Amino acid sequence: MDVEKTVVEILADLTGNDDIKDDMDMELFESGTLDSMATVQMLLELQGQLDIEVPVSEFDRQAWSTPNKIIARVKELQ
Amino acid sequence: MPNLQPYANPNYFLILGVALMPLVIGLLNGKRWHIYETLVSLLFLILIFDGDKVHQGIALIGYVLFEGALIWGYTVYRQKHNHTWLFDLAVILAIMPLVIVKFVPFLNPGSNSILGFLGISYLTFKSVGMIMETRDGSIKKFEPWLFLQFMLFFPTISSGPIDRYRRFKKDYLKVPDRDHYLDLLGKAVHNFMLGFVYKFMLGYLFGTVLLPKVAHLAMASRGGFLDISWGLVGYMYVYSMYLFFDFAGYSLFAVATSYVMGVETPINFNKPFASPNIKEFWNRWHMTLSFWFRDYIYMRLVFFLMKHKITKNKVLIANLGYLTLFLLMGFWHGLTWYYIVYGLFHAIWIILTDVWLRFKKKHKAHIISNRWTNYLAIFATFNTVCLSFLIFSGFLDRLWFH
Repeated sequence: MDVEKTVVEILADLTGNDDIKDDMDMELFESGTLDSMATVQMLLELQGQLDIEVPVSEFDRQAWSTPNKIIARVKELQ
Repeated sequence: MPNLQPYANPNYFLILGVALMPLVIGLLNGKRWHIYETLVSLLFLILIFDGDKVHQGIALIGYVLFEGALIWGYTVYRQKHNHTWLFDLAVILAIMPLVIVKFVPFLNPGSNSILGFLGISYLTFKSVGMIMETRDGSIKKFEPWLFLQFMLFFPTISSGPIDRYRRFKKDYLKVPDRDHYLDLLGKAVHNFMLGFVYKFMLGYLFGTVLLPKVAHLAMASRGGFLDISWGLVGYMYVYSMYLFFDFAGYSLFAVATSYVMGVETPINFNKPFASPNIKEFWNRWHMTLSFWFRDYIYMRLVFFLMKHKITKNKVLIANLGYLTLFLLMGFWHGLTWYYIVYGLFHAIWIILTDVWLRFKKKHKAHIISNRWTNYLAIFATFNTVCLSFLIFSGFLDRLWFH
């Protein structure tokens, strides 16, 4: 499965913002695009769609702060 | 030996400076002397908990042994099994000493539990955090030495900032490279200076000079609707300023001392009064506490509710999360009506803020948003925060009921 595409789709879905793919280094938390609630939804979607386990403890905001970083973390966890 | 409360008087800073000097020299030369570091920690723990505070020192030792045994036991168990009820039990046991300490003065006003000591609430956050990360499999084994260093790290022992085990461990086990360490030392000097201005000048001005005056004024002008008076308004702002400068000043000292020891304890305040809404405020005020509640309570509860599909209503889930978080925060401060009301106040406020933010997102095109509306938002947030601090201060209890 294509990790990039899935992550971008999940993010676009959660934030209602289709422009995410144009700015893959966007700071999702600083810009207020993702909040804690959306973060949990994202983690659950990642678990469901990409079959990876992401416990809340492993979620460190700095390591997950942009679409590119999220993709990198997901690949590490796969 | 004299008893010295953390960062409270010149002697403390003098001893701190002398004791840390060899560590600075070591770190500048690429060496971290763990034994010396431990001796310094011990010295300061003794200074904080000796003399008339010795019963607190004993409580601290008992507490750390208890939590250590508990976490050790849970870690060993978790390597083989992972039952929810045992995890729940471990968390309940971990918070039990704190619960007892909070309940004793409630049940028996005027008395304090023998289990209590300065900093017990902060150590409880650290212990519970470790148990949760062990449950998640992020902490895999119990390291008694590192556990002790983490729990008893003296710069932050009395009132935070609240660090996290894995983050602390990383710093503790490495020597920062020279350039980075010089940078940390620079920041430490800056933090100490700013901390002095905050705590000993502004905190003193608001807390020691002005607060008694406005308190007297407010008490003298009781009788109107809800006893509201200009004195009370004055108390609200003066207390809020005192709370910020005193606590932010203390936090700056704790962070600065950590930096000198090559440990990058997270910061606790980031211009909180410049927040345009309450969500942003909690990202900037007592940050390590609100992030702790966010990561260990709110996100976990939301995760649980969504994973088990308790309800599909996301707004309801978020609101339940807020209520749980802020009520717990209220109870954590103490079992009095004003701490609980303070928690409820913030929960309701943040729920309403979410309603507004959703509305704003939907009607983006029709809502004016510019520099001036932002200033207005900051002004309104600041005043509402001050009102919540008036509740928090407990002064209303004095004003209305005594």
